[in-house]
Amino acid sequence: MSDNDLEAAAVSKRFSDHTAVDSLSFAVARGSFFSILGPSGCGKTTLLRMIAGFIAPDSGDIAIGGRSMRGVAPNRRPVNMVFQQLALFPMMSVGENVAFGLARRGVERAERTRRAAAMLERVGLAGAAQKRVDELSGGQRQRVAIARSLVLEPTLLLLDEPLGALDLKLREHMKIELKQLQAAFGTTFVYITHDQSEALVLSDHVGVMSQGRFEQLGTPQDLYYRPQTPFVAGFVGANNRIVGRVTRTDAGLAAAHASTGPVVEITTADGWTIRARSQGAMSVGDAVEAFVRPEVASLGRAPQELPGGQPSHAGDVQSVLFDGANSAVLLSERATRREFRIALPQTGQFSDLKPGESVAFSFEPERAVCFPARPGAAGQDA
Amino acid sequence: MLDAAAPGRWTARLNLGLLLAPALLWLGALIVLPHVELGVLSFRERVGPRQYVPSLAQYRTFFTEPLYWHVFLRTAVMSVLATLMTLMLAFPIAWTIAKIARGRAGSLLFILCLIPFWVSETVRTLGWMILLRESGVLPALLAKLGLTAVPVELLYHDATIMVGLVYTSLLFMLIPLISSLESLDNSLIEAAYDLGAGGFAILRTIVIPHAAPGITAGCIIVFMLTLGNYLTPTLLGGKNSQWFTEQIYTQFITRFNWEQGAAFGFLLLALSTALVVTGLRLTGQRFGDVMRRS
Repeated sequence: MSDNDLEAAAVSKRFSDHTAVDSLSFAVARGSFFSILGPSGCGKTTLLRMIAGFIAPDSGDIAIGGRSMRGVAPNRRPVNMVFQQLALFPMMSVGENVAFGLARRGVERAERTRRAAAMLERVGLAGAAQKRVDELSGGQRQRVAIARSLVLEPTLLLLDEPLGALDLKLREHMKIELKQLQAAFGTTFVYITHDQSEALVLSDHVGVMSQGRFEQLGTPQDLYYRPQTPFVAGFVGANNRIVGRVTRTDAGLAAAHASTGPVVEITTADGWTIRARSQGAMSVGDAVEAFVRPEVASLGRAPQELPGGQPSHAGDVQSVLFDGANSAVLLSERATRREFRIALPQTGQFSDLKPGESVAFSFEPERAVCFPARPGAAGQDA
Repeated sequence: MLDAAAPGRWTARLNLGLLLAPALLWLGALIVLPHVELGVLSFRERVGPRQYVPSLAQYRTFFTEPLYWHVFLRTAVMSVLATLMTLMLAFPIAWTIAKIARGRAGSLLFILCLIPFWVSETVRTLGWMILLRESGVLPALLAKLGLTAVPVELLYHDATIMVGLVYTSLLFMLIPLISSLESLDNSLIEAAYDLGAGGFAILRTIVIPHAAPGITAGCIIVFMLTLGNYLTPTLLGGKNSQWFTEQIYTQFITRFNWEQGAAFGFLLLALSTALVVTGLRLTGQRFGDVMRRS
């Protein structure tokens, strides 16, 4: 027996005009929290519905708990799903909702009432069994939807953007609650979302999906600090994207920055030169796109304030984006007027920064990353 | 404060009154007044030329004459059966239109169900007669295929009446059913399926409870239409039809016994009310909810 609760092998699904899921293979370890992150239309919903059994894959195989699910109907799979709109049954009480699956399995009435009540207690809704679904708040409904699935002790719990319908504050709260629930139950969760923050906060592993394929599969830290493709760099977390051509690749650059990887020098079409770690082999003249995270760059009122040993750049403050701990400043590079975003440090050092002020900024080249430009993506900066 | 609020409230009441006036006039002039008149008629007895006395004789006749009793019960039972058969037939059609063929295909199917109703009921029923009579299309076809030795008479059977009644009522069952099924969120069905329910369990626990007001509304409408139908049983059933509306017609028109006819009319009203109330009780629903939600 493998230790994976979910294994997909070369799963594909085509709809008439496009490939929704393109020969996807991955495995989800028992008891882990796995997220599929991608923009809408990337095929993640199709993938989830194939795991649940609502759609059959054209080719490939999905195994759940080590057992192939080919030809197994949704009501016979050891999988339960929390729907985007939750899909609680309005014609039943909360307790009946939770006991629904048990009733279908032929569990006796007294026993299922007892188990439903116990499950409601575990999700913090003790005594809510008699309530009607529409008497509950958004967060409580969420918990009922999860309880309704978990009471069946599925091998795998699928969650289809369940936080999408909630307001921001509740969403933040439910994120933490979901993580705690998963830890408490130890059930394997497969979660799909287009919200990178949900994926990063909740998951043990994340698959970033685009056009039916995984761009990268790794821990949240991997995705954030070591993106493998420009799509991942652009999609996960905020990033400054700079498009240009490689102008220097010599070994001296790498030595100068004591980097673990090769560092190249990139010059944009309008003549701004920066340095970044290259992902993959590159030679002079190659079109590339580089990504610099806002919190990687340091800001100073004068070049002397910046950490030494890094190429420094000059800019003017365009606007200050105050957002508490996520405050940032939007600069324009002095020579090219290119927009560049830098996270403001929490020291309050720059709390009096005003639009129009001249500043200096720099970043460690090895903490910026550049990729060969994607075909058709060489145009404007993001 | 009061001065400012009072005219507003009066205007609102006046508006409401004006809006309701046509409906109230309609109800009052065409429904309530004739029924009051019929009520008065049904409780009197003719004792001589132009001489009437208040009496319960009309109702007594109904209970002492077995023919009337028999026809009354038969009409009730057959109406209930026709309603149930219409429901059984309309449900899969409504499901197809509301859930399987959505969008253009759905509207097209619905129009196909609607088209026959552009033709008057009389003409449609006569159409059935052309198809079913002994020298008609269907018996000839059956004889030609060798299924029957000679063309058989398919008219004037109870089954023929049933076919006609179900056919006439189908649309009135479909409309509330489709609207109640369309409002059923597909993810509820998927969620039930995901939680281990099979097709029958989904129908029983999710679809029927959700569609219950539509089902009830459709059944009430169809039952009332069937119970009060005169044309279809008369034309398709002929002399054997023994439909209660025929008895009423006979009393009013043939026998010129308006008193007896009025009493029968009230008995029919009482019957339909009793059966609808029983139906609502059995399914645990309220009339207002049913009519509002469907």
